[in-house]
Amino acid sequence: MFSSPLRAAARRLAAGLVVLWAAATAAYLALLVAPGDTVDTIVGDGADTPQIRAEIIAEWSLDRPAVVQYLDYLRRLAGGDLGRSYLLQRPVVEVIGEQLAPTLTLALAAAGLGVLLAVVLAVATAGNRRPWLRRASSGAELLLVSTPPFLIGIVLLSVLSFRFGLFPVSGDRGVGALVLPAVTLALPIAGLLAQVLRDGLDRALDEPFVLTARSRGVRERTVLLRHALRHALLPAVTLAGWLFGILLGGAVIVEQVFGRPGLGQVTLTAVTGKDMPVVLAVVTLSAAVYVAVNTIADLTYLLVDPRLRRS
Amino acid sequence: MTVTLAPATTEAHTPHPSTPPASTARRRRWRPGLLAAGAYLILLVVAAVWPAVLAPGDPLAADPLGVLEAPSAAHWLGTDHLGRDVWTRVVHGAGHSLTIGVAATAIAVTGGVLLGLLAGLTHRLADETLSRAFDAISAFPILLLALLFIAVAGPGTVSLIIAIGVATLPHHARVVRGQTLLVRRAAYVEEAVTFGLSRPRLVARHVLPNVIGPVPVLAVIGLGEAIMIAAGLSFLGMGPQPPSPEWGAMLSEGRNYLQVAWWITVLPGVAVTATVVALTVVGRHWQTRFDGRQR
Repeated sequence: MFSSPLRAAARRLAAGLVVLWAAATAAYLALLVAPGDTVDTIVGDGADTPQIRAEIIAEWSLDRPAVVQYLDYLRRLAGGDLGRSYLLQRPVVEVIGEQLAPTLTLALAAAGLGVLLAVVLAVATAGNRRPWLRRASSGAELLLVSTPPFLIGIVLLSVLSFRFGLFPVSGDRGVGALVLPAVTLALPIAGLLAQVLRDGLDRALDEPFVLTARSRGVRERTVLLRHALRHALLPAVTLAGWLFGILLGGAVIVEQVFGRPGLGQVTLTAVTGKDMPVVLAVVTLSAAVYVAVNTIADLTYLLVDPRLRRS
Repeated sequence: MTVTLAPATTEAHTPHPSTPPASTARRRRWRPGLLAAGAYLILLVVAAVWPAVLAPGDPLAADPLGVLEAPSAAHWLGTDHLGRDVWTRVVHGAGHSLTIGVAATAIAVTGGVLLGLLAGLTHRLADETLSRAFDAISAFPILLLALLFIAVAGPGTVSLIIAIGVATLPHHARVVRGQTLLVRRAAYVEEAVTFGLSRPRLVARHVLPNVIGPVPVLAVIGLGEAIMIAAGLSFLGMGPQPPSPEWGAMLSEGRNYLQVAWWITVLPGVAVTATVVALTVVGRHWQTRFDGRQR
């Protein structure tokens, strides 16, 4: 009985590693098939002589066979070395590290706000007590999920910043500048999470234990918050990885709308300039965090629900 | 196995108690939302196939004397910074957005069905390899995966289509694989094997028709998702380049005039939202009917 949960956990960790390796390899393959000469990208608009080209090839070891370069890439990746930016001529770890804080702040603020909003919406509308409210809320959720984040941002910006001057238009100075970007990013998340949570709540409210609680005279609010919500939160945990993807992808767009510095700007500059080490690093890192988040979610499941430890 | 539950759309094949039984769904015949969604989609297809019916003007015709005009009788949705009619551009943009969305979804669905069948029908090693590959692709946030592809292939319509198609493929593949695993154990398939049917014929005549069920619904909802991602990417300048009247690109162009002319930016955005909402409403309706029939 003791070894089986451990084995299940180990299997999940191994699966995570395999996915991670496959993701890193896929990203590297993309680099290999990229048309255009890497040397051209590195030379850019700078001086271009055969000698400089030879130096570049030697410095980036571009003359070695692709397989050797690939193995070298994996080895460095495992050691936390993400290579050097072609355009900035600096280690990618530094480039990304500098811009991590603003994006992380934005993502965490948005995630917190989104989850809070979703729980409030779901609890208020679960169980068909107020059909009109439920219908209104479903409509609003559909609208939030279907609206591109940049449109939400632009509407908020033009109404609250341009019309009423409540928030700064761009930049990342102070808490005021964080409000609109965080709300923009939080709304689509809230819309989808609320749908999943309400589904879970509805299902939990049909369970016998809710009937038992009610028959003991437990107040409806307590039934919802103490008994049903716990069960509804579990399926929502599965969405953690997806949530992370939305946050990161959304951050790229939202940072662009609000002119905020961060990983989004770094990524866009790198994509436009074909600065592959940076693009590769951002993409691989995001995959790594996704796998980590999902593995943690899976392990939490194993902890919470013993039934899953078998199989 | 890494649990990856894609949002909402995966419910296609897992009917849950909160959906009303088919009988109540049939009783409520009058559904204004569904009608409006359908009407909008028909309008959209007309705009995409034959834009001149709705907007006879030229989407690229600039008018230096009439820039940034507010919506009026002459220009329903106003004019942009070059004096181009926004309504005409929004209508002509439908073709771009729809083409990208449909083509990307076609890639995702075709690839998803083929690879899903392959994973579900071949032996364990191939299944395991393919499933891990799906997991690996899903590990990238869709937008970033598309950006990686665009960094390699350069911006443009074709890049967008392939990037979005590949990024959304694993979702379809997983659903088809799951269905295939169920169907291959069904009695009628085993019987067909007993009768000595050839493998291709077995797959084409007996497996595929029973596997394909949830796919059209997923495709409709996926189309909305694809259109939204495409708009986001062209908003970032990675899609069709100006002056092409693509919705995301229009939004991006109008952003600098937000303070004086909100209509340039907001109206193409509303077009994107309305399209996604309409597709979702139709897709979900279809899904509940499908679930009802399965029971």
